[in-house]
Amino acid sequence: MITNKQPFNMIFAGVGGQGNVIASKLTALAAVDAGLRVNVGETFGASQRGGTVMSHVRVYQGDRTLGPLIPSGQAHLIIGFEPLDTLRILLAYGNRETTVIVNNRPVYPLNVLAGEADYPNVEEIMKTMGGMVEDLRVIQATDLAFKAGSALSTNIVMVGALAGLKCLPITAELFENCISGFFRPQHRELNITAFRLGLQAVSN
Amino acid sequence: MGISNVKLDSPGKEVLLTGNEAVARGALEAGVKYASSYPGSPSAEVLDTLAGLSGEFELYAEWSINEKVASESAAAASFAGLRSITIMKPDGLNVAIDFFTSLSLSGIGAGMLLVVGDDPAAHSSIKEEDSRYLTRLAHLPVLEPATVQEARDMTLMAFALSEDLGLPVVIRCVTRICHASSVVRLGSIPRFKARGELKQKFPTNPQAHADIEKKLRDLSKTDGGCVYTGPEGAKTIIIASGPSYTYSLEALETLGLTDRVGVLKLGRTWPLPENELLNYLGQADEVIFAEEIEPFIEENVTSLAAFNWADLHPIRFYGKRSGHIAGPLGPGIGELDVDVMIDSLAAIKGLDYDRSLFSQDLVKHLGPLPVRDRSFCAGCPHRASFWAIKSALALDGRNGFVLGDIGCYAMGRGRTGFYLLSSVHCMGAGVGLANGFGNLGQFSFTQPVTAIVGDSTFYHSVVPSLINARSHNSDFLCIIVDNETTAMTGHQPHPGSGRDARGNSSPVVGMEDLIRGLSLPVYVCDPYDIPATVNLITGLLSQKGPRVLILRRACSLVAVKREKRPRVYVDQEICLGDGCGCNRFCSRVFGCPANIWDRERGKARIDEAVCAGCGVCASLCPQGAIKVEEV
Repeated sequence: MITNKQPFNMIFAGVGGQGNVIASKLTALAAVDAGLRVNVGETFGASQRGGTVMSHVRVYQGDRTLGPLIPSGQAHLIIGFEPLDTLRILLAYGNRETTVIVNNRPVYPLNVLAGEADYPNVEEIMKTMGGMVEDLRVIQATDLAFKAGSALSTNIVMVGALAGLKCLPITAELFENCISGFFRPQHRELNITAFRLGLQAVSN
Repeated sequence: MGISNVKLDSPGKEVLLTGNEAVARGALEAGVKYASSYPGSPSAEVLDTLAGLSGEFELYAEWSINEKVASESAAAASFAGLRSITIMKPDGLNVAIDFFTSLSLSGIGAGMLLVVGDDPAAHSSIKEEDSRYLTRLAHLPVLEPATVQEARDMTLMAFALSEDLGLPVVIRCVTRICHASSVVRLGSIPRFKARGELKQKFPTNPQAHADIEKKLRDLSKTDGGCVYTGPEGAKTIIIASGPSYTYSLEALETLGLTDRVGVLKLGRTWPLPENELLNYLGQADEVIFAEEIEPFIEENVTSLAAFNWADLHPIRFYGKRSGHIAGPLGPGIGELDVDVMIDSLAAIKGLDYDRSLFSQDLVKHLGPLPVRDRSFCAGCPHRASFWAIKSALALDGRNGFVLGDIGCYAMGRGRTGFYLLSSVHCMGAGVGLANGFGNLGQFSFTQPVTAIVGDSTFYHSVVPSLINARSHNSDFLCIIVDNETTAMTGHQPHPGSGRDARGNSSPVVGMEDLIRGLSLPVYVCDPYDIPATVNLITGLLSQKGPRVLILRRACSLVAVKREKRPRVYVDQEICLGDGCGCNRFCSRVFGCPANIWDRERGKARIDEAVCAGCGVCASLCPQGAIKVEEV
């Protein structure tokens, strides 16, 4: 919980196009609404173009001057949208105490599709991460997003899973308010459903 | 974050803003009335935000055709007594610099800001470039926010500074300010009816150079918002600017050095606050520079120290130029972060620091982890265009080549564009180079020359090259990949879009009309129709003189939002898998991220979570196994 980790360092890790910028934005907005301070660092040059994308979100209490980037090895929580990139980010930014939530659905890099590189077996990736950290939660986020109505809501399933972990003093209700405020009326129901599916997936 | 936070009329309230939004908010609080820009990452969202609020706060905002025109039009507002702001990336400042070097010699009217979004490590740029050298050349003061709050604060106060000096003032934001978000305390936004009128003349006056030098010298005697954090009389001082300041604080904390090392954060980095600097240079034995891209402060502070050498005791300087502040690739490329500062400080201070990172051996059994190249999006019309051009060049068989340009299609130099591009430089350079290649006929040069540019780039800087080509009858084919928007930076409009920055409809400056007006032949084709496109290009390659082909199809990220997507799927009964002889064309060669391989069945498959429904792969599958179903 955040009270003994100041700042509480979270990394949203994924591939361009998976919507992790929006996921980090919603989390940051919810944190501010819950009275916390927050710094976000994005690298969205490659955000829509298939590259590795990460957003750093640092949540803390009280006044301090803090930069947007999390130092290597100091992530408390990694929210991974894709197995391979989650492993990559965990190696660089994680430690034994890091909690990892990860979507089990791979997005294949171009060189894998081209047959020039191999994508490791997904179960092996999960097993490896399970051996690295104490708390690994594998979520079928893309499948749940399809269930909610669109694969595009995968990022909101992941936000739901983050809320379900209860590592931040932010209620599910507050998250839902932020989601409702963020999306246009015609997309609200889909995203609230996605959020709840993610929340349940972790709570179960 | 979001425009609703930027416009809040709640002085004293703290809200989450991005750095770009904080700049926009600061400008609104200063009563800005004119904003102009050409979109460039990382600073594009400043104008997006101001344009979105232009109606509510009665200001004018435009996406200009290029940065030079943006700068000139913002200066006009300043001449007419209206506060103005112009925003660009360093590449754009290169385009606009001719105007700024003369603008400082004419002086300005109301306060005018130049916001430059530098991109250390070139996250979303063709190169990293430190704008401070050019703005110094133009005699402009530079402020560098270290936090998102300062982005708002400095923008607000810079207008008054600009008016005091009669010079534009530069706000240099780096990517980690522009794209960072943090809580910002708001002030109030004045609401008033502004009236513009030109009351005096503004000719460039070369004699004014002496006055400007004096103004800048006087300004260098003020502290420019520098802040010192650390113990009294510290013998080691870090001089920091921008977010390097926050990285330095965190690195010192991590290394347990906060009681021994002080940090002097500069707000204004040109002209330097000389009195403050000399004060700290007088007490220090070691001075460390924490700044991004080039050693600008390092060079100028060491020069200041040299001029005052007789009054100072020996000091060791550590920075980018000395090679001590460097990321994994050395001091030349990359941005600073807490890790770089920890490693550099530990080395300078002779400390050991163990991060206890995971060993790479933990993943050895998985084999090498595949890297992730950037790629055109699923359904991107550029992929179809590049494939068609590549095919046509192969059919032509005369060793033709393609000159590239800046935009999403610059990725065409990599795998996603079939390694097609022979050059990528700056906006418009591909067509400029084509002019030259197209004039080499007298030197037995026989290769067909093709230049590829985007629609926004066409308006920005290609038109003069086409005029040059027409008047010299240069031999090349200019292909405009027209996706009807400025895609790379977030879908801003351009003169061909028929809408302006504020979302109003605007007159269309038609691409074809413009090209015909230059007496150039122009052809139009839909790149999704690959056979027709290949045919057309093959024919055009053997023509003489300058000619233009427009490959027009909306950016798939836009199309996917406004059109119903057809369902594209592989009929695995028809797909022959590896027995086909196509070498898995759809997934291995064409390389759309939606074309994946079903390992269990040994057949092609479409990833429905990714597919944009363009159906181009269906037209290329030799077996006709990919089906398009309208839904």
